[in-house]
Amino acid sequence: MAKAPKKSAKATTKASSKNSTSDDFALSALQDAHVKAGAYDASDEEKMALYEQMLLIRRFEEKAGQLYGLGLIGGFCHLYIGQEAVAIGLQSALDNDRDSVITGYRDHGHMLAYGIDPNVIMAELTGRQAGISKGKGGSMHMFSTEHKFFGGHGIVGAQVSLGGGLALAHKYKEDGGLCLAYFGDGAANQGQVYETFNMAALWNLPIVFVVENNQYAMGTAVTRSSAETEFYRRGAAFRIPGMDVDGMDVLQVRGAAEIAFKHVREGNGPVLIECNTYRYRGHSMSDPAKYRSREEVQEKRDTQDPIEGMKKMLMDGGVSEADLKTLDKAIRARVAASADFAETSPEPEPSELYTDVLVEKY
Amino acid sequence: MPESSNMITMTQALNLAIDEAMAEDDGVFCLGEDVSDKQGGGVFKITAGLSEKYGEHRIRATPISETAIVGAAVGAALAGQRPICEIMLMNFVGVCMDQIVNHAAKLRFMSGGQTPCPMVLRTTTGVGVGFGGQHSDMLEAWFAHVAGIHVVTPSNAADARGLMRASIDANDPVIFIENILCYGLQSEDPGPGYRVPLGKAAIAKEGTDISLITYGRTVLDALEVAGELDKEGISVEVIDLRTIAPYDEETVLASVNKTGRAITLHEAVRPFGTGAEIAANIQEKCWDSLKAPVRRIGGTFSAVPFATHLEQAWIPQKADLIAQIKASVGKA
Repeated sequence: MAKAPKKSAKATTKASSKNSTSDDFALSALQDAHVKAGAYDASDEEKMALYEQMLLIRRFEEKAGQLYGLGLIGGFCHLYIGQEAVAIGLQSALDNDRDSVITGYRDHGHMLAYGIDPNVIMAELTGRQAGISKGKGGSMHMFSTEHKFFGGHGIVGAQVSLGGGLALAHKYKEDGGLCLAYFGDGAANQGQVYETFNMAALWNLPIVFVVENNQYAMGTAVTRSSAETEFYRRGAAFRIPGMDVDGMDVLQVRGAAEIAFKHVREGNGPVLIECNTYRYRGHSMSDPAKYRSREEVQEKRDTQDPIEGMKKMLMDGGVSEADLKTLDKAIRARVAASADFAETSPEPEPSELYTDVLVEKY
Repeated sequence: MPESSNMITMTQALNLAIDEAMAEDDGVFCLGEDVSDKQGGGVFKITAGLSEKYGEHRIRATPISETAIVGAAVGAALAGQRPICEIMLMNFVGVCMDQIVNHAAKLRFMSGGQTPCPMVLRTTTGVGVGFGGQHSDMLEAWFAHVAGIHVVTPSNAADARGLMRASIDANDPVIFIENILCYGLQSEDPGPGYRVPLGKAAIAKEGTDISLITYGRTVLDALEVAGELDKEGISVEVIDLRTIAPYDEETVLASVNKTGRAITLHEAVRPFGTGAEIAANIQEKCWDSLKAPVRRIGGTFSAVPFATHLEQAWIPQKADLIAQIKASVGKA
């Protein structure tokens, strides 16, 4: 805590006065700053870079969806289309030399946000030896420890507890880093998330919890699954300040990230950011999404699409449509190349069944 | 207390191993419920004195949140630390099984080798102290069934010291099971730096008529019975697995090929226990040497009862062990 605990009569009756007696907690402490500061004041170059990164995710995911339809990707495949502004807005604010990231199974976008080669991501989706997890992890289980990206996890909410450990390591090593731990509105109803909220707040860990509220936990709308649908409030019981962010606007997300990361880096403990977003596709490729109307999806696309929003901003700033088309073409070519790579790379050797199981041999 | 200065109890052995590992490597730290000296240095005093020596950031007392404890240990291990987390009693692993089985054990494989998980999960259990159905079970078979973890248990203080050091050294997750009834056992102190390699069984007593394969507290029963049967002319070879999974198949099979008979013994319940796996493996691989069917002894297939006489009856009985060995060697 940056603030010294207040001495009060209550302190004498509590084992620990630090967290239980100070009356200075305000859920909205950072939200107020976020509302005041508003969108991140990006330069033209930054705007273009954010646009390009979001568009790469969009085109990559569209291609992944096609490959899934063709049977080249099997198993589960959860697309990030519609949510691009969240990963890009947040991760563009990280210090990649020291910060770590962990997320759930909808993880392709978070990896692309690092600039990780689309080839090795797509090759993981197709289960090839050249995939970033040698084809042994698949869509849901991708890691890049080189980038301090620790997955890619398939158990809803469990990555939050692991994120607590990554944050503990940052604090233990005093490396100045923070952990960005993503989870969804569905995971927000898992118990282990709150065990970690408590531990992170108790220990003042450098961690930013991010709820990507895409409105549906698999097929269940937030209103059908959650007693408190304002997820940014879910940390209040642990004195974790919450931020309620427009997750369809990359500059709003980035603006919130700047405030949250500064708060955490200054040693003030965890922050909970809710990014209100929307996924256009089903929960996974096997979900026909019958729990919502086509009109609802179309309305979101028409009015809130993060990429169209940034495109308009760029064009208002003088970027020509032709330039944007050229960029899109280049990204489509890059993604097509990754698909070719992923289709033509060799499959893993059968011996890979027995590698990476245990380090110790006897 | 130790009888002489070079004798240590298993409690002391574990404490010494953790202490010297922490002294040598800043990346080693402990977390768990009540582990700090302010709370008594752990319910069974394994970490006593260590928070005073290394500070509370390295002997980190936690809330009662097993999933977050193991999650924090796995996360810190992914980031290159060597955490030792304590799950106070083994039954509580049910609360945090997800983090052990789906994360600690699998992440290295699923990341194509990018994320080793060098951590030790210490836990305690044991039948015979009246802890009842939710504080007494030996659940090693749950973990032995999962690829990607080592399952270790010592039967004496010297091994406890050596196995704990080796477990902390290991670059994989290790489930380290301590038996409450063994904490007071004394051995001659093997000294600083002592290590018992993982995956190596010990021949606790040599014999020629039957191989008795066991681990943990029941090694004591096995040795006692073997001593008695020696007097009756039955020579029992007692194998202490020390590492339950992956176990030392070479030592076990060589012993059975020598004796031609085998019996497995564990405190855990018999059905689907580790003894079943070992027995099946022996029958597949030592068929030509076998003179009798492989037998299995385990705890009663019910919850561990509270009442002392029921609890004592629940435990694998030495009389049953003697009877089964005699039946196997044809001297029943």
